[in-house]
Amino acid sequence: MASSSVAADMELDRPNLEDYLPSDSLPQESPRNLHLRDLLDISPVLTEAAGAIVDDSFTRCFKSNSPEPWNWNIYLFPLWCLGVVIRYGILFPLRSLTLLVGWIVFFAAFFPVHFLLKGEKLRSKIERKLVEMMCSVFVASWTGVIKYHGPRPSTRPRQVFVANHTSMIDFIILEQMTAFAVIMQKHPGWVGFIQKTILESVGCIWFNRNDLKDREVVAKKLRDHVQHPENNPLLIFPEGTCVNNQYTVMFKKGAFELGCAVCPIAIKYNKIFVDAFWNSKKQSFTMHLVRLMTSWAVVCDVWYLEPQYLKDGETAIQFAERVRDMIVARAGLKKVPWDGYLKYNRPSPKHTEEKQRIFAESVLRRLEES
Amino acid sequence: MGNTSSMLTQYDIEEVQDHCNHAFSQQEIVSLYHRFCQLDRNGGGFVSAEEFMTVPEFAVNPLSQRLLRMLDGLNFKEFVAFLSAFSPHTSLQQKMEFIFRVYDTDCNGKVAFDDILSILRDLTGSFMTEQQRQKVLIHVLEEAGYTKDSHFTLTDFMKIIGNSDLKMEVEVPID
Repeated sequence: MASSSVAADMELDRPNLEDYLPSDSLPQESPRNLHLRDLLDISPVLTEAAGAIVDDSFTRCFKSNSPEPWNWNIYLFPLWCLGVVIRYGILFPLRSLTLLVGWIVFFAAFFPVHFLLKGEKLRSKIERKLVEMMCSVFVASWTGVIKYHGPRPSTRPRQVFVANHTSMIDFIILEQMTAFAVIMQKHPGWVGFIQKTILESVGCIWFNRNDLKDREVVAKKLRDHVQHPENNPLLIFPEGTCVNNQYTVMFKKGAFELGCAVCPIAIKYNKIFVDAFWNSKKQSFTMHLVRLMTSWAVVCDVWYLEPQYLKDGETAIQFAERVRDMIVARAGLKKVPWDGYLKYNRPSPKHTEEKQRIFAESVLRRLEES
Repeated sequence: MGNTSSMLTQYDIEEVQDHCNHAFSQQEIVSLYHRFCQLDRNGGGFVSAEEFMTVPEFAVNPLSQRLLRMLDGLNFKEFVAFLSAFSPHTSLQQKMEFIFRVYDTDCNGKVAFDDILSILRDLTGSFMTEQQRQKVLIHVLEEAGYTKDSHFTLTDFMKIIGNSDLKMEVEVPID
């Protein structure tokens, strides 16, 4: 990857952040005297509001692309039907079987090792291999065609991997190459069971998005985890939520405050056969997997990018933005400034206050001059 | 999602177009319909204030609470009518009427000092004191030949801001 072209790409991608600034209330080119019409004319603010009602960048981040069937004529229709029969009638049962066999082998090996093997080192090594194997079975169950670019991650202390997030399958795809310890939202159901019993053995850490106290506990666990040379490399999805792989939302700064090397991973899905975005509000993870398992293939590129370090004088937020820029450029995504948690919460009044401050200051300044 | 456009017949679209004085093309109406369905999460056929507030870019707007009073519970026809003020095909007169309606909360056809002050309060929040706001407002009113007790009609609004290069346009994305 030529660094100069990346830099150029990043320059092109910058303006998006400016969306954040309220364009309406910015002072005019030359501060004129304040007149009645300046106060009465609220059209810029109204236009901004109407613009957000008609279209907004946040909603776009979570819009799933509906599949486009190609059954539109008499020649293609039988072919398409045949495809459906193959996908649902042959591929899906075969893949389910693969998955089932995979699980049986996995459990048959995992539990004895987990409970009976005494040697700490050997045990975690076998467990690691088993988890990697199980993830490969998963990837095989959607005929994952995954291309990995760049050097494979190695186990060493003081490094953290960050990747853009589209679905929980990101984790599976990355995990089949390297047993990462991942930071993830606690899930209910069978996913929760796997998290609790299996993934904890590779050092994964769970949190609850809605629990504020949880945050400090998790932050402490992270700091401890990265110091230890024996631990599996840490993987964080700093967006904190699944985005549709065309946009990225704000990176949360937690991963960038650990004081260690940050290794960006860019993941880009090819939507040719199936949209890998998991819209967790509309679909359970099981249904999401069924959708993947009934498609022809999941095509995906993974890039391991160069490790980055906090520069002198750089804040954690700036660092996070810099790493996000790298991932955005590599995976061809668009940036929005919003926090992904706005899916669950209202934006803080801070943003409104910022707009009010700029407007108030320009009014006061112009009043003084008149 | 992809089939929602088929739920709008030519009739429906024309009816909506009539309702908004042909401010939008048929394609734009279809786009707006998609958007409407997206905002109407529970599929009730209208968008509640709560649902509008799920759009962060709208929620952070200083005038959002005020606009919600006009927006809450709109059905599709009313939704398009609301947005028609932001169409390039809408006359300046109609745009002014819209702005006037935002000010004129009690709908008596007159905007008083307090109405303007109240908008200014929304726009400046805690960054100006109430005294500062009053002082500013009285200052610009007097400069323009009005007083604190003046009442503004739509004609006054036209005179004050209507002649300017008012740009109140929103583009409807067509996919």
